[in-house]
Amino acid sequence: MAHGSSGGTPFKNPVVRWVDSRLPIFSMMVKEYGQFPAPRNFNYFWNFGALAMIVLMVMIVTGLFLSMHYTAHVDYAFNSVERIMRDVNFGWLMRYIHANGASMFFVVVFIHIFRGLYYGSYKKPRELLWIFGVIILLLMMATAFMGYVLPWGQMSFWGATVITNLFSAIPLVGDEIVTWLWGGFSVDNPTLNRFFSLHFLLPFVIVGVVFLHVAALHITGSNNPKGIEPKGPQDTLPFHPYYTIKDMFGSGVFMIIFAMFVFFAPNYLGHADNYIPANPLVTPAHIVPEWYFLPFYAMLRAITFNIGIPFTGVTIIEAKLGGVITMFGSIIVLFFISWLDTSPVRSARYRPIYKWCMWLLVLAVVVLGYCGSQPAEGLLVVVAQICTFYYFLHFLVLMPLLGKLERPLPLPRSISEPVLREPGAGPLPAGATAKPMEKS
Amino acid sequence: MADTTDSDGHTGTRRDFLYLATAATAGVGVLAFAWPLVDSMNPAADTLALATTNVDLTGVEAGQAITVMWRGKPVFVRHRTQGEITAAESADLSTLIDPEPDEARVINPDWLVVIGICTHLGCVPLGQRTTDERGEYGGYFCPCHGSVYDTSGRIRGGPAPRNLDVPEYSFTSETSIRIG
Ligand code: HEM
Ligand code: FES
Repeated sequence: MAHGSSGGTPFKNPVVRWVDSRLPIFSMMVKEYGQFPAPRNFNYFWNFGALAMIVLMVMIVTGLFLSMHYTAHVDYAFNSVERIMRDVNFGWLMRYIHANGASMFFVVVFIHIFRGLYYGSYKKPRELLWIFGVIILLLMMATAFMGYVLPWGQMSFWGATVITNLFSAIPLVGDEIVTWLWGGFSVDNPTLNRFFSLHFLLPFVIVGVVFLHVAALHITGSNNPKGIEPKGPQDTLPFHPYYTIKDMFGSGVFMIIFAMFVFFAPNYLGHADNYIPANPLVTPAHIVPEWYFLPFYAMLRAITFNIGIPFTGVTIIEAKLGGVITMFGSIIVLFFISWLDTSPVRSARYRPIYKWCMWLLVLAVVVLGYCGSQPAEGLLVVVAQICTFYYFLHFLVLMPLLGKLERPLPLPRSISEPVLREPGAGPLPAGATAKPMEKS
Repeated sequence: MADTTDSDGHTGTRRDFLYLATAATAGVGVLAFAWPLVDSMNPAADTLALATTNVDLTGVEAGQAITVMWRGKPVFVRHRTQGEITAAESADLSTLIDPEPDEARVINPDWLVVIGICTHLGCVPLGQRTTDERGEYGGYFCPCHGSVYDTSGRIRGGPAPRNLDVPEYSFTSETSIRIG
């Protein structure tokens, strides 16, 4: 890296030169964020990685200052958060940024994941990059779940109770695991303490995995909306200034939306019940998780039936365990899609059938989110079951099959070809279309 | 140390042995260190010590119920009416999800003592107050995902897999019990 394309130390400042010849971090920054060749055809979907990085830093900074005022004890937690809101200078701002920042984080990351699915960024050679991404998603979910417990309101308490109880569905050792998670016989002070400790730790673990995620990206290079590899310098742009500027513009728009929530609708995404102190004797009439967990919560509740051997009455998987497996499975399946998808074409732009399946998947997840927000009754249960079925069908059946059955559209010969092509140049030769993208 | 080749042509057997032995020792060491850390997350001695609760039952008339805390969990103590007892005792066991006769779940049929935690995902069911929604079987109804329990605390419908748990308890006199 040190003696890479920049050819020795190009810096004029003597201090920078001195440091760089001993530890080439400046050369590395120039190489990885200055010259790093990025495909020239990024669209705005490629902003969301940078946005996620920004929110992660915002969360760590606001969280750090919140933790200076927060008390992790069942008798004081709720009041310490109220004190942050009323008495601590700008405490309201830090808390509202942190609480809404969690929502923004998930919006950004969900769009980022959609981008990867739509444009095939999980395919060879970016499998490991994708896997790191799924690990980040899991860590984020754990972090956000435990953070939501900290204010110790009714939703904090009952959300924690319902989610930790999921583990009791594990055969044989389930109850022991739940007692271990709680450090007692119910969600109580030991639980709150360890959740605070882990909530503080996990974001830094996320930083570590993000580093690996970005390092892997800089080995393979970025994908792009066409899903074909750059053929040479005419297909790429140096990251700086072209994409630093584009990312700055995107983050400006993003900050405006973020600020709208923080300043004008700070509790819109939250639940009023969480301003009632936790009460282990009274369950709120309607427990719902934060919006970003709703699709997964709906899948949990969609499994209302035992799975067994037909006509014998033998149950293999109880409904409760089935729901838990389905919910966790919906994320775990993402680890394997690099291999489940058999199509050599990355971008859905050139996959006429898969494209529609992708939008159906989005629809299924949005509908699941709605189902998760409502009481699980009547027709909604059936709707949630259909959407859950489609979710798994998409990854486990359609992805492997479509790669074989679908006829992709002709791929452009290179990223710059459609732009640089002389006017009047004819369509591509037929033979070029069926080849995998690397050779096209 | 040069590679040792024994008569069967295996190479480096001694070094391999040292590697394995070192790795195994380190592995045992890591596990031995990990266990105290993992076990420290289990309930502590003082948490375990808070394990009994005494309840005075005087003044709880038939049809009334009280909720007490035991190990941080609500325990439902319900003075059942004659009708509720009959309903609990006459239920057809073959129709139950988790079959258990009523007499196995109570010490004195007048008093139902169960842990007030839904066996689905841990919400507190409704039904302790006569004005609460009690579900089709007049026992308890869990608002979270709709589990229905009868007057013996047995699961009759909804996603919960088991009957409400009966804590360990004993009558210390006619009108008081000790839970735990
Ligand atoms: C991945 C990044 C993070 C996410 C997704 C996240 C998420 C959350 C959420 C959802 C809440 C509940 C907000 C509420 O409704 O009040 C919360 C609270 C809290 N978080 Fe974080 N957090 C992150 C990073 C951090 C870090 C790094 C720290 C400490 C250094 C921290 C400290 C706190 C504290 C003290 C609270 C309780 C105060 C409050 O409720 O506002 N967080 N977090
Ligand atoms: S927790 Fe009672 S029905 Fe789910």
